[in-house]
Amino acid sequence: MEKIIEFKNVSFKYSEEDTEVINDLSLDFYAGQFTCVLGHNGSGKSTLAKLMNAINYPSSGKVISFGLDTSDEENEIKIRQNVGMVFQNPDNQIVATIVEDDVAFGPENLGVPREEIRKRVDEALKIVDMYDYRLHEPHKLSGGQKQRVAIAGAIAMQTKCIVLDEPTAMLDPKGRKEVINALQRLKEDLGMTIILVTHFMDEAVNADRVVVMNDGVVVFDGTPEEVFKNTEELKKIGLSVPKPLELALELKKEGYDLGTKVLTEDSFLEAFKKIQ
Amino acid sequence: MVKDITIGQYFPGNSFLHKLDARAKIIACFVLIIFIFICKNFASMGVMLLTVAACYAFSKLSPKLMVKSLKPLLPIILLTSVLQLYYNNTGDVLWSYKKIAITDGGIYTAIFIAVRIVALLVISSLLTYTTSPTDLTDAIERLLSPLKVFKIDIHTFAMMMTIALRFIPTLIDEIDRIMSAQKARGADFESGNLLKRIKALFPIFIPLIISSFKRAFELADAMSCRCYVGGKGRTRMRKMQFTFRDSIALIVTILVCAVIIFMNFQFEALI
Repeated sequence: MEKIIEFKNVSFKYSEEDTEVINDLSLDFYAGQFTCVLGHNGSGKSTLAKLMNAINYPSSGKVISFGLDTSDEENEIKIRQNVGMVFQNPDNQIVATIVEDDVAFGPENLGVPREEIRKRVDEALKIVDMYDYRLHEPHKLSGGQKQRVAIAGAIAMQTKCIVLDEPTAMLDPKGRKEVINALQRLKEDLGMTIILVTHFMDEAVNADRVVVMNDGVVVFDGTPEEVFKNTEELKKIGLSVPKPLELALELKKEGYDLGTKVLTEDSFLEAFKKIQ
Repeated sequence: MVKDITIGQYFPGNSFLHKLDARAKIIACFVLIIFIFICKNFASMGVMLLTVAACYAFSKLSPKLMVKSLKPLLPIILLTSVLQLYYNNTGDVLWSYKKIAITDGGIYTAIFIAVRIVALLVISSLLTYTTSPTDLTDAIERLLSPLKVFKIDIHTFAMMMTIALRFIPTLIDEIDRIMSAQKARGADFESGNLLKRIKALFPIFIPLIISSFKRAFELADAMSCRCYVGGKGRTRMRKMQFTFRDSIALIVTILVCAVIIFMNFQFEALI
């Protein structure tokens, strides 16, 4: 698989006196994958996200994004064109007062011709299912809708990869579902690379790959099944496991073994029916 | 209460006024505001009021909206009027007490000034009610573009305005939230003398300012993520088109101004 973002022995601290937020980390991200980065507050996962598109620069080591060194200022625009980003607070990343104007903000900055922007904006809004709201005011939308507008803003820039820094942390369950579904569609229909930073375990179960961070280093890295097997270790670093798996583990103590692959409600039901 | 303030907000619609080019609206609004001050008597002010009312009708917005947004400003309007009553001593004295005298001239000016402020508020609100902030700032950017000769960065100015307007509703929500939070902890904003009430506002504004800074930093990050580097090399999705409609609007504005000047000469000046 094609490597798109490479971390090479990266360390990062916010100021000289601070301790390292990211500590000698080496990690690669691959094209077309849905990768979920998990970690509790302060584990360095948000900093990791900001290192990917040159918002933060490594204190030592190198981040190579689409073949370009993020520490080189000249690469900034090219990197951000490839790696879009969505932040936690939907209110603080919407620039314009009309949905379609906000989606157009990125392409406008890149100097895309007028007709082309119009086309891209309409397409992007259709992909995230917000086309009917194109003339609405963002502040009147729900949190989930605002985040989908933010995602559309990245799509309209024709980024190859979207990094999302806890996009669902401020949303209600309905909004969370909308956003996660939109991301799944991006991956499946457009073949986009998704890197989702989150602390919700349920959002990780459908990912292709799960990376768990703690104190600035990677603790686990693998498929959801491989990672969530390590229930005890995950609990030690302040993370839980998806609810179906947790229930399965409780049942195991009572003598009903459902295995450790029951990460979703559906797979739980299936396994449960089998042992009945 | 804070939520009633609608100045600077945009109400999407499809009326004649909504469809006008933002540049035409800004010019017309600017000219009318100047002429509100040129009006010297009730006749010319009457023409102005008719124009303002006609504009409002063309916006197809509900009159309730305007009344609601004028309400919080009523004390300011009244205060200015009352001051006129006190300072203006022309005409016949109707009532006097020690040094204070109320004259019919005073009453006329007081009414005149109140009408003038209302006209000003309505006409300037109409501009933002019917123009999306994006159009507004685009138009300002274009109208001010000759100033580039003096090396003034018009684009940055326009972008700052867009963001300011964009964050008005967000910050109003925030004030509401902070107020509720402080009230829940026993803060009292409604009683006590003026000084006490002003003091009670500190616990609202300090968190508001802190959170605004946080928002600003996050917004700056989000904007750089979307490749914003200033006005250079930017294109626009929206096209500004000066059409027949806009020419008509400007011609009508000029006509109104002419009538006002005529009325000023025709009748006796009040101020």
